[in-house]
Amino acid sequence: MAEGNKHIVTSFEVDLQKLRDMIAAMGGLVERAVADATTALVTHDPAMATRVVEMDPQIDAEERSVEQFAVRLLALRQPVADDLRQVVAALKVITDLERIGDYASNVAKRSLVLNKVASAYSLSGIGQMASLVQQNLKTVIDAVGEADPQKAISVWRADQLVDDLYNTIFRELITYMMEDARSITACTHLLFIAKNLERIGDHATNVAELTYYAVTGDTLPDFRPKGDQTSAYVHASGVGQE
Amino acid sequence: MEVASNMMSEVSPPASLLGNGDDAKARVSIRGLNFYYGATHALKNINIDYADKKTTAMIGPSGCGKSTLLRILNRMYDLYPGQRAEGEVMVGGQNIIAPGMDLNQLRRRVGMVFQKPTPFPKSIYENVIFGVRLHEKLSKSELDERVEWALTRAALWGEVKDRLNTSAIGLSGGQQQRLCIARSIAVRPEVLLLDEPTSALDPISTLKIEELVDELKRDFTIIIVTHNMQQAGRCADQVAFFYLGELVEVGSSSQIFTAPRERRTQEYITGRFG
Repeated sequence: MAEGNKHIVTSFEVDLQKLRDMIAAMGGLVERAVADATTALVTHDPAMATRVVEMDPQIDAEERSVEQFAVRLLALRQPVADDLRQVVAALKVITDLERIGDYASNVAKRSLVLNKVASAYSLSGIGQMASLVQQNLKTVIDAVGEADPQKAISVWRADQLVDDLYNTIFRELITYMMEDARSITACTHLLFIAKNLERIGDHATNVAELTYYAVTGDTLPDFRPKGDQTSAYVHASGVGQE
Repeated sequence: MEVASNMMSEVSPPASLLGNGDDAKARVSIRGLNFYYGATHALKNINIDYADKKTTAMIGPSGCGKSTLLRILNRMYDLYPGQRAEGEVMVGGQNIIAPGMDLNQLRRRVGMVFQKPTPFPKSIYENVIFGVRLHEKLSKSELDERVEWALTRAALWGEVKDRLNTSAIGLSGGQQQRLCIARSIAVRPEVLLLDEPTSALDPISTLKIEELVDELKRDFTIIIVTHNMQQAGRCADQVAFFYLGELVEVGSSSQIFTAPRERRTQEYITGRFG
């Protein structure tokens, strides 16, 4: 969208660039929240987890200021075509980013609890899932900044891997809980953490879809490869069927 | 670019260029239209349909040919030597640029309202009835009825019904423009051409004219030239973008203003050139 000729009204150009910069700044904050939450979980670092929780109000404040700026742009500039799509997409992207911030904060809060309960469950699977989610989040925020539809499509497609990992972790955690009831507290928190990461992945794909629309004017197909099958999961032992 | 080049190479343009996708019948249908001001080639192979009882806005930078096209639709260019049109301009099934066309009849069927209000220095009543007298023999009561009908349709009746015999020059700019619209529709044309009808008006008068256009399209096919993008978006069912004598893109107003197909359309409507 930044490509091609510039607007005759320079201040409009400046406003649109400022909107892109504000989203990039909010995206950077959210990226850091997710990364730090993961590190806090894997390295059992309560101080870092607390910092992530404290970041959430800052992310919310960023969302409000981008929203106000975008509304002002709509009122004063009455953008059309790609400019309009860019502003409308911005308004929706920040909602997704804000939700990602909430999930990161929830991961951090649960990691604080996990530090207090014993668990033999290895965090490597969740760590792997988290790094994949972080990679997708980084790519999609780059796609927004660079107005790159190809990057957006790559994130949209890559979410399948996140879902696959989530399914695996879900099954493992159910098995752990069935084998040892004392692990239920820790495993339930881990289950929510995995779900939070899976949801972060979903919001990243939303951002990818919005970016693709903003840049090209076309929408991606309704069908996205989805791999989260846990809602229909029944353990092989039959528990849960009654 | 692709669309424009298609148009240059084919006599019959792709279906997507010929309307806004609904099945409304075309009242005006233009095929292979070229127009020349002497040696200047002002319109190049234009193909477009104007659907019956719909509003089409024509947009584009100054000198792109949109007003020229409007002037062709009621053959105003005939007044000037050295100007000529080639191709086919079908209005209600008749090629209006063919020789032998009765221009008086044509101008009854295709009314026009200009940028600046052009009331005659006569009473409001006489302004409205001026064209009707040329084309129809009506009794006094029928004339009265027609004046009331036209002024009502032009959303002016309530404001002037008690002073029909006073001079039209005393009306405000917005009222004068609505009077000109009343004068145009009084002869019950098929097509109403509006050449930047609100560019000399204040915002409230502008909104009144826009509201009027919305009302009038129930009865007439409306073609409006405007430099106001928001107005084109608000008023029109279909928007056509012209540039350097070519029809670059035509589509529904929502398509043109949210996701134009052509780069030149996008750059123009977003204010990157023009």
